[in-house]
Amino acid sequence: MAQQIQVALLGNPNTGKTSVFNRLTGLNQKVGNYPGITVEKKEGVCNLSRGKKAHILDLPGTYSLNASSIDENQVIELLLNKNDKDYPDVAVVVCEVENLKRNLLLFTQIKDLKIPTILAINMADRMTRKAISLDIPALEKALHTKIVLLSARNNEGFEALKTQIEQFKNLPMTPCLDTTVIAPEYFDRLAKTYPAQDLYKLWLVITQDVNFGKLDRTGVSGPISFQTESISTLKRLQQKETIKRYQFINDTLKTTMTVNVAMAKDFRSRLDRVLTHHVWGYVIFFAVLTVIFQAIFDWSSYPMDFIDQTFAQMGEWVKQNLPKGDFTSLLAEGVLPGLGGIIIFIPQIAFLFLFIAILEETGYMSRVVFLMDRVMRRFGLSGKSVVPLISGTACAIPAIMATRNIENWKERLITILVTPFTTCSARLPVYLIIISLIIPQQRVLGLFSLQGLTLTFLYFLGFASAIFAAFLLDRFLKVPSRSFFVIEMPNYKLPMAKNVLITMVEKTKSFVFGAGKIIFAISIVLWVLASYGPGEFNHAPEIIDQRNPDNTLSVAARNAAIESFQLEHSYIGIMGKAIEPIVSPLGYDWKIGIAIVSSFAAREVFVGTLATIYSVGNDDEQTIRNRMAAEVHPLLGTPRFNFASGVSLLLFYAFAMQCMSTLAVVRKETNSWVWPAGQLIFMTTLAYVVAFITYQILN
Amino acid sequence: MATIAGMQKGQKGIIRDVDLDRIPLKLLEMGCLPGNEVTLIQVAPFNDPLYLDINGSHLAIRKDVAAQIYIDLC
Repeated sequence: MAQQIQVALLGNPNTGKTSVFNRLTGLNQKVGNYPGITVEKKEGVCNLSRGKKAHILDLPGTYSLNASSIDENQVIELLLNKNDKDYPDVAVVVCEVENLKRNLLLFTQIKDLKIPTILAINMADRMTRKAISLDIPALEKALHTKIVLLSARNNEGFEALKTQIEQFKNLPMTPCLDTTVIAPEYFDRLAKTYPAQDLYKLWLVITQDVNFGKLDRTGVSGPISFQTESISTLKRLQQKETIKRYQFINDTLKTTMTVNVAMAKDFRSRLDRVLTHHVWGYVIFFAVLTVIFQAIFDWSSYPMDFIDQTFAQMGEWVKQNLPKGDFTSLLAEGVLPGLGGIIIFIPQIAFLFLFIAILEETGYMSRVVFLMDRVMRRFGLSGKSVVPLISGTACAIPAIMATRNIENWKERLITILVTPFTTCSARLPVYLIIISLIIPQQRVLGLFSLQGLTLTFLYFLGFASAIFAAFLLDRFLKVPSRSFFVIEMPNYKLPMAKNVLITMVEKTKSFVFGAGKIIFAISIVLWVLASYGPGEFNHAPEIIDQRNPDNTLSVAARNAAIESFQLEHSYIGIMGKAIEPIVSPLGYDWKIGIAIVSSFAAREVFVGTLATIYSVGNDDEQTIRNRMAAEVHPLLGTPRFNFASGVSLLLFYAFAMQCMSTLAVVRKETNSWVWPAGQLIFMTTLAYVVAFITYQILN
Repeated sequence: MATIAGMQKGQKGIIRDVDLDRIPLKLLEMGCLPGNEVTLIQVAPFNDPLYLDINGSHLAIRKDVAAQIYIDLC
């Protein structure tokens, strides 16, 4: 295999860097994590001419090389380490034509590291509309680079970019700014102490920790110690560097770029006026949320029914066409129902990720942050907490990672702690199946489905408990921190179908495979535990016949009696009976108890577990929902899932911290076991108490 | 002296001085530097945060930080 060209894609947030990445790699990409840290690593392969290939690494968006978060730090780590296998042969800095001035700051810093650098100016299609004109040859000369005008939206300029990547060896390595002008005396001294080192690289290593000390830095090599200057002096030098760079950029653009200001007035300001209005802003925001949640419930019911039916038919087919034996029943009663329990929720999860991707892509999310900041601050949160709280409806893990751009440590910590209250997509399976059992299929005002409204209420409950918990934490947490908040308000954009779809597919895939593995393993374990047992289990037929000496039972009734006796005396039955006293005050039997315990690792396992337990020895009902509906209380003969126990279960899942992955990510982001442990104890206790009270009142 | 926190919606000014000890570097990197023009585009409900156009960069900051950025009103 020929050597691939290593390309690093860099740029400010909101420059369309991800669109450029998607255009270059198509679906030829994979998303992972950097070893030891939870920073997302996106990489892909791009085909160049004559069979040559480039390996493209999409680095986290950053405003400069002065790290202030773990994501930004990852960029610097890579650019400072020539031995890293991903160290770029060539850097592509993506800029947006309307924010060129600010975007060039990062460009000049990368250039000064003497990495071959291509300047990709994205959104070039907006130039005419905004009356912007650029003197490309002059700009190339001033910045010592090659410039490519791109339009990711119209797929223009990518051939030129690929050509430049191929010819990266021709790129000039001249720096933009002479490092020593920042502080001649200081840098002379530095150069004398480390004559062999590149001065700018050295400077970045020294200042790497100045704005970034609070967070975990596992897997990061220690910087060279040159702390002859105090932190405040270094900070001042960084400020000076920024000012010098802006001077250079201003001087350069003065002669190469013209903007007709009169024409730049646009619909952005008109839209802003409505979307951030002190009344309409909120009305629109809540309308958007309502539409999203209604849509998730209503639209996805069709594909979900289809999937449920398909899995039921597959189970049936396996039972009838494969030879009878342990393997067949493991497949039909263990694996298939378990997997069906997760695959059925793909439509909903995909819709949720789709809407969140659209909100982010259009630039609307920043307006919501702006609108909500003052309100959220009353509860010890930041306007930026809105993003984690909303994306927490998909999954708490990326949501907790999304708190990284909250500058204030206390606000960030509170956001991390309360995010698991929001209704994540793993709760959805549990909610949906229980709602469909206990809430009648009616329409309110002929428009909203009652089941949809119940779900909306549960989402609302999730947000409300998050906010309330934040309010309490704000009162009791004593964390010293400085108040600071800045957010970019990007231009409004029509979301690009390709970006949105790729995000949706990637996120759904990782959710399903991540959860799928756990569910697969647990469903096999459960099947074994439910299909075998000690002592009495193996003599079920004799015991049943003894209890009924006159042989009055029909063949079917006798089989059913044997099977239910076996389930109760199987290993899982014995375990379930042991915990039954704990869960029965909440209105659950031992089967639900087992499902709750097994779903401690991940909530969605609940449905899979019940599906597996109920399918062992139940041949009449095929779909999960029908099996659950057919469960009756052994003494009362009424349905197992009645209104009281159903509501109690819904509330238990609304509050319980049933997700190991979330606890792990909280541990990583807070660098302490105290916070996840507190979260687990508090949320589980709350869930138990609320479910207990609810059941006792309703019953 | 006037600061951004005291601006009226729609008003323009030129940044004269920034309290470097109390302003994070990030804000400087986003263009909040002496000599640059600043316009107050929008004020959020409850009068905070402020939505600004600084040197062509659109960003929102809270009032307490805005009070550390001194301007000459146009």
